[in-house]
Order: sequence, then C-alpha cells, then structure tokens
Amino acid sequence: MKQLPTEVLLALCPMHAVLDATGCIRQAGPTLRKLRHEPLDGAPFLDIFEVYRPRAAATMDELLQTEGRKLHLRLRGGVRTPLKGVMVPACDGGAVVNLSFGISVMDAVRDYALTNTDFAHTDLAVEMLYLVEAKSAALDASRSLNTRLQGAMVAAEERAFTDTLTGLRNRRALDAVLERIIRGGEPFSLMHLDLDFFKQVNDTMGHAAGDQVLRQVARVMLDVTRKDDTVARIGGDEFVLLFPGLTRHERLAEMAGRLISRIEEPIPFDGEECRVSLSIGIAISDDGKATPDDILMQSDEALYAAKRAGRAQFRFYESPSVTPSTGRVAGE
Amino acid sequence: MHGLILRTFQVFVQDTYGFEPWRRIVDAAGLDAADFEAMLNYPQDTYTAVVRASESVLNKPSDAFLEDVGTYLVSHPNSEGLRRLLRFGGVDFIEFLHSLEDLPDRARLAVADLQLPDLDLVDGAPDNFSLRVGGGLPGFGHVMLGVLRAMADDYGALVLMDCDDGFSGRQTIDITLIKTAYAEGRQFALASCGTPEEE
Repeated sequence: MKQLPTEVLLALCPMHAVLDATGCIRQAGPTLRKLRHEPLDGAPFLDIFEVYRPRAAATMDELLQTEGRKLHLRLRGGVRTPLKGVMVPACDGGAVVNLSFGISVMDAVRDYALTNTDFAHTDLAVEMLYLVEAKSAALDASRSLNTRLQGAMVAAEERAFTDTLTGLRNRRALDAVLERIIRGGEPFSLMHLDLDFFKQVNDTMGHAAGDQVLRQVARVMLDVTRKDDTVARIGGDEFVLLFPGLTRHERLAEMAGRLISRIEEPIPFDGEECRVSLSIGIAISDDGKATPDDILMQSDEALYAAKRAGRAQFRFYESPSVTPSTGRVAGE
Repeated sequence: MHGLILRTFQVFVQDTYGFEPWRRIVDAAGLDAADFEAMLNYPQDTYTAVVRASESVLNKPSDAFLEDVGTYLVSHPNSEGLRRLLRFGGVDFIEFLHSLEDLPDRARLAVADLQLPDLDLVDGAPDNFSLRVGGGLPGFGHVMLGVLRAMADDYGALVLMDCDDGFSGRQTIDITLIKTAYAEGRQFALASCGTPEEE
C-alpha cells in the first residue's frame, strides 16, 4: 500500500505508529506517545507492545502476517493497558499500526490523564465516557429510590390492617376496632377460633394445601358473619370474630355451630380432600365495659375449655361470679 | 413532569436557602409530600405550582429564581456530576455552545423519559450567537441563561448574555463572546474520580 502522508495520519489517527521494515517505530501519534515516558522513536514496536491475539507475534514477519485481523495488544511495561489495533503493511516492507483503547478507555483516561483533544474528533470515546458517567448517575438515583421504596413498603406492611394470605383483617386492625368499640361503650361479643387438625394438613399435604384451607376458612367466616362484624386472622390458624351490638347467646351459639359444620366440610386440594375442624371460645361484654385484654383473655379461656372438651365445639366464657348453669351453653 | 426537574428545584432551595423555606414552598404549592423523587413522574402543573410558590416565598421574580437554578446546576459542589457531563460537550466555550443542540438528546440517553426543550444555536456575526430555546418548560430560557453564565466561568470565557421574555413559550438568548480564554477556568479531567496518576 502507498504510504499515507505523515500529516494525514497525525490528524486522523492520534494513536498510530509507523514501523520500518525492521519493526522499529519511525513515527507515532501524539496520544500513543502519552502511554510512555521514554520516546517511542526508533524503539522496536514489539518490545513495547505485546501482541497476543489473534496469535502471539514475536517478530516483524509474524506481525505482518496479521494483516487485516483485529489485534489484541497490551503494553509490556507500566500499567499494561490492553489495546485494540489493526496493522496495514506498507510498500517499503514496514507497516502502519493503528491502536485504540477499546473498553479499557475508562481506565486509560485516568491512567494517562487524557483529555478530549487526545481523541480523534470521530472517535466515540468521549461520548462513551459521557454515557458511562450519565448512566451511573441515573442508576445511582434509581437505586436510592428503590432502597427508599423498599423501606416504605416495609413501613406500609407494618401499618397494614390486612392479612395478605386471606384478605381478612389482621391483629393490628382487630386491636383498633376493639378499642373503638370499647371506647364507644357499645355491648359486643367476641369469638376466638382455632382450627383443629390444621397441623396435620400442613404436615401431610404441604403448605400450599394449608394455605388453601386458610383461604377457604376465611371465605366461610365472611359468609357466616354480618357485614359490620370484624373477621381477623391473628395467628397461623387462629382467628377472632368481633360482633358489635350482638350479645344474645342463642344467636351466637347458632352462628358458632354453623361455623363449625361449614368448616368441617372437606376442602378439595389437588385431587385430595383436606379436613379440619374448629374450636371456638366466646366472650360477651354486655355493658361494653370490659377492657380489650379482659375480653381477649376470657375468649381465650373459653377456647381452651372447648379444646379440652375434645375440640370441634364451642364454649362460652364462664364468669366466676355467675353460677355455672346460666353462664355456660355447651356446644354440640 | 419529570421528577429530576422538580427535584432540582428542591435541592437548589434547600442548599441555597435552607429546609424551612422549602417547606413553605411545599405548603404554598399545595404539594402532598415535601420530597420529589428524581426518578418518578409528577403531574404536569406541579412545575408551575413550584415556580409560583418559590416566587412568593423567596420574594424573588421567577426569571431570577430560574436563572439561579441554572447557575446552581453548574457551580454547586452538590451537582458536580452535571457540570462534568456538560464539560464533555467541548474543550472550549465555543465548542460547548455548538454541543448544546445535542443536549436534549444527550439528556435522553442518560434518562430515557427526560424531555428537555429543543435548543437551536444560530451563528450571527463572529463571536455572536443566539440560542433559541423551544417550548415545553416555561422559563427554561432563564435556566439555560444561568447554566451558560456558569459554564462560561467554568471555561474561563468572558461572555455577555441576555435572555428575552419569550414568545409563545419560546425564548432566545443572545450570546456575545468577548474573550474565549479570559480567566483560568476550572479543571476538567475525563476520568471521573481521583487524581490522575503521575508516573
């Protein structure tokens, strides 16, 4: 190939080197010169740059054989900056090698304190540096937003009033409603429910079956209760139903019985049937004066009485001051 | 309205005037939350609401407020990143001016949904330019005026500039370059962090 005039190479290719037939550098672009403190002129090109792809080149002949191929090189001394390049043979037996930093441009601008003028006007290196910086700024902003959103999500969950699995109210919602009703002085009753044989379903059929049971139980509870009643899941298989204005034993007993029989209906899952039952403890606040702790403790006591009596039944809380015959209505 | 623009107003007021004035602007603008998220979008009229509220709370014409925002964007240490991005535009102030037309596209490359008004540089007499600022962000010409003033300082150029009040949302900035290298200017290295290693 005919030799390009020196000034053309200098203007277009700030990282070129012109080699003579012996492989020594006769001329180098201004940016290439910045890679080394020692002058490049006269030095053998392959002593300064190690060509390792497409194959190692140790002699000028081997270098000339790479014509047209994409070269991978690195500096032998100093920072050992990796470079990309291409070699074109010249008519005098020498060659022109043009180099670029490729992806290592990020490190190179730092290592050699390069500026805009060190790159050809057509080189996209500066645009790439711009993009990297702009994108990392945008990404940082996104990441910090994500972190804050995650924090907000956790905070929102902590404030949430809904049980995510069943869609029922949760313990926090129950506490809020209970406190409101008691503050209003309204009579009310409360059922504490605990599933029987739920652990067996979980153990033998898996957690997905257990979840299915909990969702079905939730549907039944919403079905059986009135619109203004509160249905809350307060633990794994523990529920509380709150009935504002309802204190009649007969009505509560009828409702408890219906809950038990509906929940004892087999629940289909994956071609099999899950069977659970229900124990219920009922506490009533006729005058609306019981504290939340009182009423929850009473319903809990009644629930354990139902469990002790053999599960799958309900019990009313029996106040110590009231004679047993009037305070207790046995379940089925 | 892109959160990045609203967030800019927020950090400008907080860094320049403090948190209390910003809280009053939030109240005056009737905003729900005191903090804008740079990566979220907000209703279009939030922009005008914030600019109007700033005008009354800071007791400053909106032109001057917006120009200060532009200056802040380039000169305050907290927005050093943006100054660097602008400096990628060219090696001297003239080259920087010529790069302004690419600015909205460059911004979109970084943040895909950020829409900035069109910028159109017209060469007049030697050393005389006018920058036409398109519509979309009322008063954006004044922000650009602040940006240009600060960038002229950054490059060490001596420049006279003036921004008109605009016509149907478009504004024109007249730029007269007195001296390209008037003062030292600020350093700009392509590498973003740390000092270049001397061997």
